[in-house]
This record gives sequence, structure tokens and C-alpha cells, in this order.
Amino acid sequence: MSGVVPRLQVRALKKSFGANAVLRGLDLDLAVGEIHALVGGNGAGKSTLSKIIAGIETRDAGALVLDGVPFAPASRRAGQAAGVVMVLQELSVLPTLSVAENLFLHALPARFGDVIDRRRLRTVASAALARVGLAALDPDESAATLGVGHQQLVEIAAGLAQECRVLILDEPTAALTGAEIATLFALLRELRAKGASLLYISHRLDEIGALADRVSVLRDGQLVATLPARETSRERLIELMAGEAAARSVAPAAPTRRGALALRIADLHAGPAVRGVSLDVHAGEIVGLGGLVGAGRTELLRAVFGADRFARGSLQLGPGLTPFRPASTREAVAAGLAFVPEDRMHHGLFAPLSVRRNASVARLPLRRFLPGWLDREAEARETAALLTQLQVRYADPTQPIAELSGGNQQKVVIGRWLRRDVRVWLLDEPTRGVDMAARRGIYALLRERAAAGAAMLVASSDYEELATLCDRIVVLSRGEVAGEFTPATLTPAAFMAAAFRGFAEPAPN
Amino acid sequence: MFRHRATSEFLFLALLLAALVGLFGVLNEHFWSLATLQTVTNRIPSLALAALGMTFVLVAGGIDLSVGSVSAVAGAVFGWCVADRGAPVAMAAGAALAASLVCGLVNGALVNALRMPSFIVTLGLLEGARGVAYLVTSSQTKYLGERLGVLQATPVGGLSVAFLLALALTGIAHFVLTRTVFGRHMVAVGTNEEAALLVGVSPSRVRMIVFAISGVLAGLAGLCHVARLGAADPNAGSGLELSAIAAAVIGGTSLMGGRGSMPATFVGVLIIATLEAGLAHLGVSEPMKRVVTGVVIVGAVAAEAVRARLADRPRKISP
Repeated sequence: MSGVVPRLQVRALKKSFGANAVLRGLDLDLAVGEIHALVGGNGAGKSTLSKIIAGIETRDAGALVLDGVPFAPASRRAGQAAGVVMVLQELSVLPTLSVAENLFLHALPARFGDVIDRRRLRTVASAALARVGLAALDPDESAATLGVGHQQLVEIAAGLAQECRVLILDEPTAALTGAEIATLFALLRELRAKGASLLYISHRLDEIGALADRVSVLRDGQLVATLPARETSRERLIELMAGEAAARSVAPAAPTRRGALALRIADLHAGPAVRGVSLDVHAGEIVGLGGLVGAGRTELLRAVFGADRFARGSLQLGPGLTPFRPASTREAVAAGLAFVPEDRMHHGLFAPLSVRRNASVARLPLRRFLPGWLDREAEARETAALLTQLQVRYADPTQPIAELSGGNQQKVVIGRWLRRDVRVWLLDEPTRGVDMAARRGIYALLRERAAAGAAMLVASSDYEELATLCDRIVVLSRGEVAGEFTPATLTPAAFMAAAFRGFAEPAPN
Repeated sequence: MFRHRATSEFLFLALLLAALVGLFGVLNEHFWSLATLQTVTNRIPSLALAALGMTFVLVAGGIDLSVGSVSAVAGAVFGWCVADRGAPVAMAAGAALAASLVCGLVNGALVNALRMPSFIVTLGLLEGARGVAYLVTSSQTKYLGERLGVLQATPVGGLSVAFLLALALTGIAHFVLTRTVFGRHMVAVGTNEEAALLVGVSPSRVRMIVFAISGVLAGLAGLCHVARLGAADPNAGSGLELSAIAAAVIGGTSLMGGRGSMPATFVGVLIIATLEAGLAHLGVSEPMKRVVTGVVIVGAVAAEAVRARLADRPRKISP
């Protein structure tokens, strides 16, 4: 590989979303005719890097050099024109079109001006499908009838239908069965033999050794190391992804007094994402939920809150272990649960409504003798006191909450529950997109509630947050509990190993 | 700020109505008369009641296209009870309102159970309920005379009982929307259904109730129509749903949900009725009346869109 111009050079690449720096001067070399695996924990920058290479995201600073020529794709299309193709993790198959139309939507063969040449489309589509081992599939079939695995293969076939120099695959095997994976790998090796360079993102560390030539480990938006894939053990990769124990910027909480059992989750199954989780949370305890994106944390919290039904398992509440199976979020709230969603904008806020209305919505003050009638004076008075207590910065209680900063919005979304006697808090990424000052305020609030006897279950992708806020950290991996730690026993390496545990065996499909 | 915006919007509407009344008065010397007032107020109770129900549904993020047909079902049930079964008027009216309540509950239940857009479900009932109205009356108009004359009585200043009822219900609806927990939950569901669900509000319960309210109000609208015509006509109220939507939208109700005002809807109804009466006074032909009405509706919606764009200017929100 040395002495030859690399296929793609990434130099000092930087990218921030708001105040959040995702890539911090990242370097990477991709050789001609190699399969190059990319691994890293949540937020390491894998997806952002690939999207910048493919022209889907723009960069803030840094350079890309493709076959010795500076490369700056303005769009996904421009990237494809230069032979850089990315198969997206989220499926972009259009269910209303046929398989063939999906494959060649970017370049439908036409004649007489704009009439689609059906016969030629069929021929080229059949050829493309045959290459991904789907020769049996009718190209005229509606894409809606395909299973997820087949959709993924069609997606990859669409990527391969174009002549490509760089092919980027983001977790391509997540939805594939064993046979489909074998087909895919054979195909990728064939592409490599033809001189294409493949960037392969995966959480399944075992398949990397089997498939890739080299593997690069990313952490915090930087390259940690590039190593020969076959000689690098799974343990070594996890160690590199975890890195040194980061300096703790927030002092660990004084251990809270653990009270009686508040919530028992027993063998909970919910959808495909939660596959038998058992977990206890006690009064006064903050339990962290860690794991990779897609580990099933959000789905677990939603099922406990009654936002989604769960298929199997049971929930019990309080020291008396009262059985609890919420039919609605209304019941869950009445039973003393509270939920703070991950996606503040879409699931937490009533963006056009006033700060006051957003703050009061979890419990509206009633007039004493008129059931169902609002006491608007009390609403104004009580929410003003609450907003002061939460130190929310706002101009006017009647201004739309969309005008506030993210941190202040989040304080309202969490603090609105203080108007209820909440015994079990379910928080999903409670400090995402929140500045440091607001973050400290939120930590103080959660600790204060825990000290007052509330039980907390906090899902977080932020290792620091888990290590400093929580009394106990439970790691989920592919919908199952893969490890449990106390702040004393938690190390980045052990955490990372647990988070990847569920990916060790092939997907059951 | 929110409150002030609503107030200025209401004033703008009231000014528009006053301008219309002034304009028609200048154009036609006979427009400003008690007779005109009576004509206008007699025509609007049906539309006003249907429009109030529509506003409930729209604020909660849905739409109810079945109100015209449901009003016909109520009229048909009333006519059948009185003319065919000889039932007392009160009992017949109760049966009519019960039938319209059932229609509303069916709308709500179908939207909830099938997780289908209310547009499609209520479009189904627009057809289905109309068919029921024909079946109940055997496709014939039932002549009832003065049986519902009580609604047509004019106890004060030439204003009918039906009009006063619509006015009173507007006040009650305004209170429900702005002063009750249920009203607040409607706004929450219409603004962001997922967020409402995640603070413990039940969107399906809210939807059920607003469709029930819309159904009953449509039924009352049907009875007002019967009272005015002295007959139960299975064709009654066709197109009522579109006029009701027009009134609500002129009143500033958002078709995207979460925003609306009952008094403003009522003024929207007055604007439509004044326009109709005024154009009739000027001797404008029926086709031309519809053209002008269409222009006014679109103009109002355009104004609403521009205002909404100004109000919801994309604000910088840190990620």
C-alpha cells in the first residue's frame, strides 16, 4: 500500500453541530482496493465522517483528496458523479415504486425524450440484482413487498449499479440473515478485487476480522489508530474505542440513600428492540442506562411509560410490588411516573405555545368547586414560581417556548413534572443539546429529586454523564442487559465491552 | 403575546364584518333594516352550530367532513319520529340528537381504532350518513309544519331562539376551549400529539370527545334547519361541512391544529351570512355570489397563511 497514492485522504477534518464538535481534526487514509473498517462508540464521528465524504453533509474545515485530486462534493449527487457512493443506514427504498425503478431512479433509461425504456430498465435491473444474489427477484415487483433484509440488499445493489471508486456502507448487516451476509461479503470482496475502496462501518467486531483489510478506530471525532484487521483482537479494539478514563468534569454524586424498591422490570419484551430486560430501580436511586444507539433504551423507557405496548414481561411498582401494566400514558402518569423524551423538539415541546402553557401542562390547576375548570390565576402564579425555581431565562411567560434556548427549553420539559408527585422518573438523554450551565442545573435538580425519594432511570449516550450522575449503570446491548456497574467499578473499557456484547453472535433472524 | 395576538385578530375580523355591513349599506339603501337582520340571523344558526363543532375538531388536529350529512340524519330521525311514529316533539328531538351523537362517536372510534386520518373516516361518513338519512325518510321530505316553531320564535329584538341558542353555545364553547382542562388538552393534542401523549394526555380520548361534540352540534344544526323549513329533508345540509370549514378558517382556525377561537368562528359565520344577504340585496346572480364568496374565503385563508408565516418565522434553536 505504501508508495502508492491512496484512493482517499482525509486531512484535519472538522465538523460541529452548534456547540457540539463531532469531528475534531480527523485524518484517515483509504487505500486502493481495500476494505477498510471503521469502528467507534456513540458520537465518535463515524456517520458524520461518511456523510461528509459522500457529500451529504458539509465540512467546517479540513481537506479530502480523491486519487490525488482535491475533492469537495457539494451534494450526494456530486459525490456519486465522482464515484463516491454511500449506502445509507436508514433505508431509502421508495415503496410506491418497483424494485427496478428504485435501483435506477438516478438514471432511468429513457427514449423518445422522456419515455422510460421498460425493457432496458428490466435488463439492467436484473443484472444489478443478480450481482447481489437476488437473481430470483422480479425487478418489476413493488418494492413495498420486500422484507427489510431484501430492501437493504436492493439498497446496496443501487449503490453498486453505479461505477464506484469509494463505497461506504453503514451497518449493512444489521438487518441481514446469515445467508444474505455471506452473499454480501462475497460481493464486497469481488468489488475489492476490481479495485474499489470500501469504507465499512460496523458494530459487529467479529465480522471485521473476517472481512476487512484494515480497521480504523475513532474516538471523540479523531482517529485513534489504524491497524491490520486480521491481527487485531476484539479486546484491543474495545480498549482503543474506550480510551483512557476521561477526566471527570463533574464531581461524582455523593451516594444517595437507597430506599425501598420503586420499579421492577421483569423480562420485558417490547417490539424487536427490547428482548427480555430485567431491572430494579429503588427510591432515591439514579440508575443509568447505557448502550450503543439502537440498544433499545428509548424503547424500554417508552414501554414502561405506556407509550408503546409491550408483548411479554411484567412491571411492578412501589415497595408493595403492585403489578402495573399501563394501557396509556395517562395511567402511567396517574401511577406516579414521568417521562422526558429524547427528541425535545418533536416529542417534548409544544413549540408554538407559551412558556407558561408548556410548564403547566403536566398538571393544570383546577378551580376548587368547578371540576375540570382551569384556575388561570393559579396557573400563572405557580408556573412563575416554578420557572424561577428552575432558573429558566425567558422574557415573558406568554412568549412561545420555541424562542427559548435549548437548555432553557429542556429545563421546562423536565421541570414541568415537578408539579406532580413523581415517584419514578424515566429520562431519555436529559441533557442532549444543552449547554454546560443548564446541564449542571439539570443534574442538581435530578439529584435533589432523588434525595427526596424519587427513583430515576436515565438513558444516556454520554459516558461522563453516566459515570458522574448515576449510582448504578446498566448497559443494554441489542435489547438485553449486558452489564451492570457502580461508579467505582465502571471503566470505559468494561463499559464498551458490555455495549458491544450483544453484537458478538450473529443476528437471530 | 399569545393573548394579544388573538385579540388583535378578533378585532381585525370584527372590522372586516363592519366594513362589509357598511359597504352593503352604502350600495343598497334597504340593506340596513330589521328585515335584513332577521334574514341574516335566521339563516345562520345551522351554520354557526356546525362551525363550532368543526372548530373543536380542527383545534384538536382533526377535521369532520360529515357534519352536513349528520345534520340530515338528525332531521330525518326527528321527522320520522314525529310524522311516522307520532312521537312527542321532545322525545323526537332527543332521538335526533342521540343519532347524531352516535355518528360522532363512530367517527371518533374509527379514527382511533384504525389510526386513519379523520379526513378519510369522516369522508366515509359524509356518504354513509347521507344514505342513512335517505333510508330513514324513505327518500321523502317529511312536512312537519310548526312542530319546532319554538326555535323560530323571536323573543328579543327580532332575534330567533335558534340564533340566541347558537350565540349562547358559542359562549360556552369559548369557555370550554379557553378555561377547562379539556380545552387545554385539545390544544395540546392539536399542537403536538406525541408530546401530549408523553405528558400523560390521551389523544384518543380527546379525539373521541371532540367528534362527539361535533356530532351533537351537527344534530342541533339539523333541528334548526327543520325548524326553519318546517320540514325534514334528507338532502338538507349538503355542503354544510365546507361552509363550516370556511367559517372556522376565516375565523383564523388553523387547519394544522392547535389554534382556533370560537367567537372568531362565529364572526366568520356572520361574515359569510352577511356576504350572502348583501349580495342578494344587490341583485347579484347566484353564480356570481358563489364566485365572490369563494374569493373572500381564499382571501381570508391567504391572510391567515401570511400571518402564520410571520408569526412562525423560523427561530434559531440550538440543537
